[in-house]
Amino acid sequence: MNNIIECRNLTLAYDGVTVVRDLTFEVPRGEIMLISGENGSGKSTLVKTLLGLHKESSGEIKFDGAGRGRVGYLPQKSAIGADFPATVSEVVFSGFVGRLRYGMFLPRGAKDDVKKAMELTGTADIAEKCFNELSGGQQQRVLLARALCAAGDLIILDEPTNALDPVSAADMYKIIKSLKNDYGMTVLMVSHDLETSVTIADRVLHLCCDDAFCCPASEYAERLADAHADCGGIGNCESHHHGEAHHDDK
Amino acid sequence: MTISEIFAHDYMTVIVLRAVIVGVLVSVCSSLLGVSLVMKRYSMIGDGLSHVGYFALAIGAVAGVGSEFSLEAAIPIVILAAILILKLDDSPKISGDAACAIVSTGAVAVGTIIFGFVGTSTSDICGSLFGSASVVTVTNKDLVIAAVLFAVVVAWFALYSRQIFSVTFDEAFSSAAGCRAGSLRTVLAVLTAVTIVVGMKMMGAIMISALIVFPALTATQLCRSFRGVVIASAVTSVVCFILGFAAACFFSLQTGAAVVTVELAAFIISCIAGKIVRKRK
Repeated sequence: MNNIIECRNLTLAYDGVTVVRDLTFEVPRGEIMLISGENGSGKSTLVKTLLGLHKESSGEIKFDGAGRGRVGYLPQKSAIGADFPATVSEVVFSGFVGRLRYGMFLPRGAKDDVKKAMELTGTADIAEKCFNELSGGQQQRVLLARALCAAGDLIILDEPTNALDPVSAADMYKIIKSLKNDYGMTVLMVSHDLETSVTIADRVLHLCCDDAFCCPASEYAERLADAHADCGGIGNCESHHHGEAHHDDK
Repeated sequence: MTISEIFAHDYMTVIVLRAVIVGVLVSVCSSLLGVSLVMKRYSMIGDGLSHVGYFALAIGAVAGVGSEFSLEAAIPIVILAAILILKLDDSPKISGDAACAIVSTGAVAVGTIIFGFVGTSTSDICGSLFGSASVVTVTNKDLVIAAVLFAVVVAWFALYSRQIFSVTFDEAFSSAAGCRAGSLRTVLAVLTAVTIVVGMKMMGAIMISALIVFPALTATQLCRSFRGVVIASAVTSVVCFILGFAAACFFSLQTGAAVVTVELAAFIISCIAGKIVRKRK
């Protein structure tokens, strides 16, 4: 199977309100897919559902290969307590939590995986520092290293550059690109920073009311530019109608 | 009773030693579980469960065990309450602290009415709230239960430390990575329930949760790694208990109150020490 995730007719509800209706899309292996959409359009609910933290109302999700349980996940920044005592290396090693032997011992090769993840994210030199004393950008890279330890070949990033300064954000994008190019990973990324994130994405899934669509990133970038010229929003339910979510293979 | 009187008799030495051992075992358990509870913002569960413990003692009184605190009756009741609080916490309509408040105040109210019906003396009710005035009440059975609890808690913490850390640090991530966070949380709540019941006789229902919260908070002021906090929490807890117990013997104080006062002092000192160390950096 060339797709790492296939979703068919997915309907998602949050607190009894349907936020995503009848969504069909695929995530091709080895690509970066951006999930965009207004607040409340169901991006976070979709991510939680893919992670198995939220139950879909109807429809089906198919994972290829290692699948659920081997998905690396970078949560939104605010989710983690600021006063938690932990060293960077403790946090990164906790990425193996789902892969522990007998639920207790590190899997074989864990130390090498950690070393690789820390080198990739540039966190090797702060391994013994206290996590909550780091800058926002450093913390985000540590959490990415943790996600890499959990990941098979799929990683889901929930607003990875949110609340980061421009330099840290640029670093983050560089790392994300390298995940795909140098490590052959598939990346699903929720982002509000559309202008930059669309430049590293291959494909965009735009969630909007009943009118979600999926298209190549280049096409989305053009629409983004058009939308700016019109002073209108992108993928507004009235202005753009693309019917059922679909995408064309390049 | 003065210290020389206590040790004048061999049997008193045995009784005091037994109380100290039970106290130390419970202190270690509560301090380990406390790290996870405090960091997960579950401190209130300890408080809520201790009030349920008071209710459980009332049930024990009805069952006709007399004034003697019965652990066998209390343990299952408090375990059920722990599971109930977690279930309420999961429901989107009630927040965790509200769930604790409902269970704890409800338990105290019903417990007090039951004590009234049974005709339990005020001094016995005071004993269950503030801890028994005398260490003589600690029995061999208490010692056995405390030893088993200690073995289970320490083994669980040692073997599952990676999962405990990960779920405490970030439950959503751990669940997504395939860790069964829910069952870990249940084990945590059940072990906390048993620890509270075992410690309650000496510390009292009102003060037992201090044994859970204080060592973890004190350790957090001093250590920057999770492993460090776990170890420091256990050490602080044992040292504070022994100091408090000794003070209670020497100055004829209530054991629970003396231990908690020492815990409070240790916490204040650690706050100041932590500030000074960080400023120097």
